[in-house]
Amino acid sequence: MSTTFKIDYPVLVRQAVIGAFKKLNPRDEIKNLVMFVVWIGSILTTVWLFIDFSSFNLQICVWLWFTCLFANFAEAMAEGRGKAHADELRRMRTKTTARKLVDDREVIVPSSELMVGDLIVCTAGDLVAADGEVVAGIATVDESAITGESAPVVRESGGDRSAVTGGTRVTSDRIIVRVTAAEGNSFLDRMISMIEGARRQLTPNEIALNIVLVSLTALFIVVVLVLPPMAVYDEKAAGQSGVVLTSLPVLLSLIVCLIPTTIGGLLSAIGIAGIDRLMRRNVLATSGRAVEAAGDVDVLLLDKTGTITLGNRMATEFIPAPGVDLSVLADAAQLASLADETPEGRSIVTLAKDKFNLRGREVADPHATFVRFSAQTRMSGVNLDDRRIRKGAAESLKAWIISQGGTYPAEVASEVERISRSGGTPLVVAENKHVLGVILLKDIVKGGIKERFEQLRAMGIRTVMITGDNPLTAAAIAAEAGVDDFIAQAKPEDKLARIRKEQEGGKLIAMIGDGTNDAPSLAQADVGVAMNTGTQAAREAGNMVDLDSNPTKLIEVVEIGKQLLMTRGALTTFSIANDVSKYFAILPAMFGLLYATEKGGYGPLQAYNIMFLHSPQSAILSAVIFNALIIVALIPLALRGVKYRPLGAKVILRRNMLIYGVGGILVPFLFIKLIDVALVGLHLAP
Amino acid sequence: MKFTEIVQIVLFFGLGIALTPVLGRFMARVFKGERTILHPLLFPIEKLVYRLTGIDPKEEMSWARYLWAVVIMTSVGFASLMAILMTQKWLPLNTQGLDNLSWHLAFNTAWSFTCNADWQSYSGEATMTYLSQTLGLSVHQFLSGSAGLAILVAVGRALARASVRTIGNFWVDLTRCTLYIVIPLSVIWAIPLAWQGVPQTWKAYPTANLVESYTAQVQKTDDKGNLVTASVPKVDDKGRPVVGADGKPVMVDQPVMVDQKVETQPIPVGPVASYESCKQLFTNGGGWYGVNSAHPFENPTPLAGFLEMLAIIAVPMAQVYMFGLLIGNKRHAWCLFAVMLGLYVLSFGVAWYAETRPNPVVDNIMPLMEGKEQRFGVMNSVLWGVSATAIDNGSVNSMHDSWMPIAGMMPMWNILIGEIMFGGIGCGVYCMLFHVLITVFIAGLMIGRTPEYLGKKLGAWEATWAVIGVLLPNAACLIPTAISVVLPAGVASMNNAGPHGLSEVLYAFGEAANNNGSAFAGLNANVPWYDVALGIAIIIGRFAPIAAALAIVGRLASKKTVEPSAGTLPVHGWTFGLTLAGVIIVVAALTFFPALCLGPLIEHGLMQAGRVF
Repeated sequence: MSTTFKIDYPVLVRQAVIGAFKKLNPRDEIKNLVMFVVWIGSILTTVWLFIDFSSFNLQICVWLWFTCLFANFAEAMAEGRGKAHADELRRMRTKTTARKLVDDREVIVPSSELMVGDLIVCTAGDLVAADGEVVAGIATVDESAITGESAPVVRESGGDRSAVTGGTRVTSDRIIVRVTAAEGNSFLDRMISMIEGARRQLTPNEIALNIVLVSLTALFIVVVLVLPPMAVYDEKAAGQSGVVLTSLPVLLSLIVCLIPTTIGGLLSAIGIAGIDRLMRRNVLATSGRAVEAAGDVDVLLLDKTGTITLGNRMATEFIPAPGVDLSVLADAAQLASLADETPEGRSIVTLAKDKFNLRGREVADPHATFVRFSAQTRMSGVNLDDRRIRKGAAESLKAWIISQGGTYPAEVASEVERISRSGGTPLVVAENKHVLGVILLKDIVKGGIKERFEQLRAMGIRTVMITGDNPLTAAAIAAEAGVDDFIAQAKPEDKLARIRKEQEGGKLIAMIGDGTNDAPSLAQADVGVAMNTGTQAAREAGNMVDLDSNPTKLIEVVEIGKQLLMTRGALTTFSIANDVSKYFAILPAMFGLLYATEKGGYGPLQAYNIMFLHSPQSAILSAVIFNALIIVALIPLALRGVKYRPLGAKVILRRNMLIYGVGGILVPFLFIKLIDVALVGLHLAP
Repeated sequence: MKFTEIVQIVLFFGLGIALTPVLGRFMARVFKGERTILHPLLFPIEKLVYRLTGIDPKEEMSWARYLWAVVIMTSVGFASLMAILMTQKWLPLNTQGLDNLSWHLAFNTAWSFTCNADWQSYSGEATMTYLSQTLGLSVHQFLSGSAGLAILVAVGRALARASVRTIGNFWVDLTRCTLYIVIPLSVIWAIPLAWQGVPQTWKAYPTANLVESYTAQVQKTDDKGNLVTASVPKVDDKGRPVVGADGKPVMVDQPVMVDQKVETQPIPVGPVASYESCKQLFTNGGGWYGVNSAHPFENPTPLAGFLEMLAIIAVPMAQVYMFGLLIGNKRHAWCLFAVMLGLYVLSFGVAWYAETRPNPVVDNIMPLMEGKEQRFGVMNSVLWGVSATAIDNGSVNSMHDSWMPIAGMMPMWNILIGEIMFGGIGCGVYCMLFHVLITVFIAGLMIGRTPEYLGKKLGAWEATWAVIGVLLPNAACLIPTAISVVLPAGVASMNNAGPHGLSEVLYAFGEAANNNGSAFAGLNANVPWYDVALGIAIIIGRFAPIAAALAIVGRLASKKTVEPSAGTLPVHGWTFGLTLAGVIIVVAALTFFPALCLGPLIEHGLMQAGRVF
């Protein structure tokens, strides 16, 4: 999917740097308790400089401030990316005026003065001033500003294509639009405020994770604060004095290193980035909760047409009646379909052309009279001189043949039966009173969709196909596409009932819909994606809108939701696993001299300095610096999200546990050592 | 490593595992209210109990009411026990003329026994009358164990429910547990112990004539039996008299000692066998005698020792299987079982290895028998010690502080990790539940779904209580330890100097906060500071996990249950088991590694360098 938005990274980074400093404001910091602890630590170490100034204390102080700034920077980056997008959206709306209809007269008013229920007129070249519904007329609308799709789409009154979005441009004709959302409350406005995070509320998962992180923070503060008394006791018992490092900056360093700053600093960035990623796929969500719910979805309700199959049935085969030549059948079928503008009709012409090299003849043949399809006759065709060629439903054709005194061959009847059973649609072709054969029309299952469903199944998501077809046809297509279940001859109520039934069992349901009669189901579903081409009612009912109106998008939405949760889990694991190495850096540094027997020598706990860090000071600094830098290093991962693979839960867990758990234990050993070497090389630590 | 030792270890674990499904199935049947082999005999009694107490067995409780019932029972038990202990001098069955307990010792002991910790700051035979031992302490050995198991039953039952606000009836669970499980098992297990020579009598202590009489110094008493003291000048560390601000020497009272010839010795006995079987089976661990199962009357023969060790693991192992039956997910139960067993065997392996390494300080003499089980050998000491701490039993047959530093660290590790290697009756599994939930929480996110456990979605409520269940006991261990090592009253009670003293205190608070009751030995805890601080740690360690477990399952019972799919995190199998073990080890290590560094780890390093404490 093409995105129309390009992000100017140098500007973004510059703004994020400024934002990082602005966010040092305690009112911002206290929103994130883990980072608030770091912030307090930074202030305390700063104050400590006035009590006990040393190069070491200064460096600790600077790096604690950097830890705060890096976390702020991550959040500012994520917000900045969202804002860039939001600004783009907002720009479309600025200085729009509208031609409001007042007593059948057009009055020019600024779009900001429009109220819900006002009627506005839009002609070719106008920007649509507000979200609304077409009440009269038909027009093509260029929605590229929000969808990135350059081809204009048709919007007309009545039916399922009546919704227009503020900020799109009418490219032909004239429509009258009833305003459905006043400025500040339109779809676009809600999106913008979502992206900017101004009204971003914490999702249930974020709240729960926050509790775990804050509790861990509390635990580690206790763990560190009980150390000085114990260490002093040991020191006294050893008959030493001043050998354990328990100065305030050292203790604060240990606290900051242990508390989950990596995930704490990146948590809000991950959330914002998740919504932003969705946006990049041209899906707008109305809440973060909806994005999260998408990751939890158990059942996908998918419309057959457009999602599982290509929009229309296609002719795939000609089956001649006994004694009829195949090319005769193809020729007759093509002739009968020349004037048929339906996609099925055109597919017959194309098939005949492709397979038998029959060139499409002129529709304007003077001898030809075309017979259009009607609901009464349920057939169409052509009269060419004395040839009367018809194609249509088997029952109608049979009646037509018999009424002319012809016979309807049993072979054709059984062929029709067979096709119906296999999920195809048979069209019988006849000339005068002879049956020539059958055209097989088939739903074409989209390429790759079966594999997609298999992946979903591996992820534990069931797919349910919804179709108006009869159960036989539905079953055949369901089998071909590999869906888990289907609802045939579905009415809108059936969808709603199915959603309720699944929800009874605690399942989460996602569906995609466009029509007004989809609105109740969209509202009931846990994740309701409305298509942008859909009605205003549908768009209001769902909690996401797909600007591309691409039904397959639902699967991507699920993936993004999962990716969001996975990123949080992975970074939490990584953050906690990191602590192991920090102990091996800091504890020997603090207590290495306990029970040292000779002057300048080390005591038994120095044995845990397994990284052979140069000195206590360099060891502590290295751990603190690693802790700060890892936040920056992981910003890209937080914004991009953990790589998602459609695999079963067990496999994903094993994979991520190895990468972020085991990796999280091992990686810091290497980097802390490298930082230590660098510090000593730069003479920043003794 | 001797062949007989290997055979014994294999027999020990093998019998424990073999008993698990048998005992577990029986326990599950009892709590589901199904008929068992004991019903013809005991069901009329159960009905009678309900009639007499006015309990309606069909009445259901919300989690908060269930918790309230536990609190009421424990508090009433505490008050009555404290009353008995502080008045035992005047109560019947005081055959040895023993005195009342001090308020702080009574406070500590009463909480300790009502909370299933059974920490003892005293020597039973020199402190407790028969009445205190049986009516006071023994009753709570039964009841506190039953209460723990009842809570686990409620937890299991609630997890299997959906869209319901109640989790069962505490009084019914308690009655069934006591009647069908605790009493019958204690009786059955007492028989072979009595046969092996554990005393079972109500008579006064017999007196034995000493083969070799000796002279002891005792404090002089006057005619009225009061202790005599004399006023002497106070001296400082170097033996110089301390002079007060007024220039005069400071005077202090000092007891006057006289020689006394000792020719006879009273032999403490009592209904030890029945006490012992209950103590071992229901993770109580408070010994009849002060030296616990290192006393030859508590543990007379190798067979008795083996049976007592088997008693430690039998019910705790079976309760995991019972839990699996109650939640209707045996595979999950076996996964928990495997994780518990793995950590347990690992701990035993490390301790045994460390204990069989030579000690350079004593010229590498092997084996090191000081403080160990003299008759049955080092392996039996280590296996007992590791078992009694992995499982919240706390009985000892050797002095853990006589072990090598690393070996001695393993019982401490078992306790600090939260007693989840089968753990205490009931609490072993529901404490494990917190770790399971934390694992599910992190792992659940990592697979891209809202975390769910047994088909229930986890949210902020469950996360909050799970961390409370883990966090509070840890804080109740670390904070008072830190205070004790700087408080003069705390330091004065330590028997050993240096890091070993720190280990003693850390161990004491660790066991209190995890309701274990075993002692590292070496710490004189019967002083107001330790009695009170340990008592409070015991209360936190008992009620924080209970409240957390009930709050969690109370909420989960009211949620819908979702059928598992390929996308849900399986709570069985290698992947989950290893993740769970990893989370347990990392969380415990991160919490206690610094403190352990300053205790046993530094001591180990010093011992290698030839320095001991």
